Amino acid sequence: MSIAALAQSMGITLKALFSKPVTIPYPDAPVPLKPRFHGRHVLTRHPNGLEKCIGCSLCAAACPAYAIYVEAAENDPNNPVSAGERYARVYEINMLRCIFCGLCEEACPTGAVVMGYDFEMADYRYSDFVYGKEDMLVEVEGTKPQRREAAYTGKPIKPGYTVPYLRPELEGVKLPKPPRR
Amino acid sequence: MKPFQGTGCRANKPGERGTCSPNPSPAFYKRIAAGAQFVAGMALAAESTPAADPTATDPLWMVGIKAFLVIFGLLTAFAYMTLIERRLLARIQIRQGPNRVGPDGLLQPLADAIKSIFKEDLIVTRADRVIFVLAPMISVTFALLTFGLIPFGPKDAFFGYDPWVINLDVGILYVFAVSEMAIYGIFLAGWASNSKYSLLGSLRSSASLISYELALGISLVAPVVLVGSLNLQQIVNWQYENGWLILYMLPAFAIFLLTSMAEAARTPFDLPEAEQELVGGYNTEYSSIKWALFQMAEYIHLITAAALIPTIFLGGWRMPGFMEQIPIIGGLFALPYLWMFVKIALFLFFFIWVRGTLFRLRYDQLMVFSWGRLFPLALVWFLLSAMVVAFQWPVAVLGWLSLLSLVLFSAYVILTAKPKPRAMPGVGAGD
Repeated sequence: MSIAALAQSMGITLKALFSKPVTIPYPDAPVPLKPRFHGRHVLTRHPNGLEKCIGCSLCAAACPAYAIYVEAAENDPNNPVSAGERYARVYEINMLRCIFCGLCEEACPTGAVVMGYDFEMADYRYSDFVYGKEDMLVEVEGTKPQRREAAYTGKPIKPGYTVPYLRPELEGVKLPKPPRR
Repeated sequence: MKPFQGTGCRANKPGERGTCSPNPSPAFYKRIAAGAQFVAGMALAAESTPAADPTATDPLWMVGIKAFLVIFGLLTAFAYMTLIERRLLARIQIRQGPNRVGPDGLLQPLADAIKSIFKEDLIVTRADRVIFVLAPMISVTFALLTFGLIPFGPKDAFFGYDPWVINLDVGILYVFAVSEMAIYGIFLAGWASNSKYSLLGSLRSSASLISYELALGISLVAPVVLVGSLNLQQIVNWQYENGWLILYMLPAFAIFLLTSMAEAARTPFDLPEAEQELVGGYNTEYSSIKWALFQMAEYIHLITAAALIPTIFLGGWRMPGFMEQIPIIGGLFALPYLWMFVKIALFLFFFIWVRGTLFRLRYDQLMVFSWGRLFPLALVWFLLSAMVVAFQWPVAVLGWLSLLSLVLFSAYVILTAKPKPRAMPGVGAGD
């Protein structure tokens, strides 16, 4: 046992004492996520506002958990919803079945369904886990429980994550604001 | 009982030796014998016995109030010591520590207290019930008894009363006697639990505590011989006149620091409660508030040690002497309480720091370290300082000897240090 080594180890702990803790106090502070995190899906739009989704159901076919349900309908040529012939009249993902593998994103021919970052989806009722188009289109911020709470308290949605940058696939998604303090 | 003529035997100037007997050793042993007799007879009654302290001026009710304050303060300090220790250990491990209860976790001790009081209080069926209940009480009572000796300021600094609970002439002996008694709590706990782990833990801890008590005692005899008094206040005053004892007694200080860590069962020497090997040591079968009492005793031992070390070696409640000359803060020199608290906090931090860094010694290493290293070292240093006092050499000799021991120790450290592994050739960091 070398006394010099003991003294050295005391120095190491002293240095550690004055370093910043690595703990992320998660509910108080957002979690730093990597840009390729697999979170709640986002249904993106073209720059002209038309939905990218053409209702082809390839995502549903690729889904290993059978979590996606798509019902397509013909576009009204005068007032189209999507850029193709058809659009998804119903687009539902059951978040309880979803395993967030991202195969839907890989299968999508138009890049319509993209994995986003939201992950705080814990809720009370089974039906609240089935996310429809109104829950996943790009302009929608947060998850269902987050939006419900925001509507109840009147405060803006507080995202539980930060990302250094957004993937280009997430067209139109806004970066969450950097955490306060 | 005759009070000790404390500072008469100071050895700073040869001219002052007239008041002292040429060979102080017999007188000193007489003192020790008298002190031991006194402690054996009246250790517990000492606080309330006016004959023990002819200089006591405080009325008994005031002593009672101060005793209550000391106990209350110690228990609060214990509670927050646990929190501070957990936070600091967490920071050493780059975590945050408990910060949920109250602002920044400040109410955590309260939550812990509530939890440990309302937990189920188990008494093992085959335990010796009376001793099983008595053991933690013995532990915590004798842990609490020591602290009243520590002077926190000059006379009359506590609202016109003395800032200490008792002023015993046998001061250090009393400390030893009482802290030895705490071993009974540990041993009886292990025995009364009627469990293998408890008995093993208590045997281990009694063995280690008794071994370290030897080196502890011998290391303190040297400053006592030099000062010529066992009274803590006279030791503090001696340091005011002659400089801090750590300057003259560096090896004794180092040994006392180490052994007092062992006395409080702190990490390098925490075999009594080696959780990984012994389940919990002597307190395996204890739960709820009884277990908390053992923890309390341990932490109070720690706080007492952190108060004793500066009192004996670092000038007590006074600030460092050279700061007296600095104009603005020099006025704080004799401020009671402040410096004592600062010094206690320093040592408590040191203990936590050591706990966060070092590992537990193996049992044989522990014993070898105590009997083979600390004990002979303490003996040698005691003999040296006794020689200096007996031959009436100037006290500066001890200062030089301390310096020499420091040099020898550093040389030993440097010589035994393992050479750094060589840099790989071609990496470019070398040369």
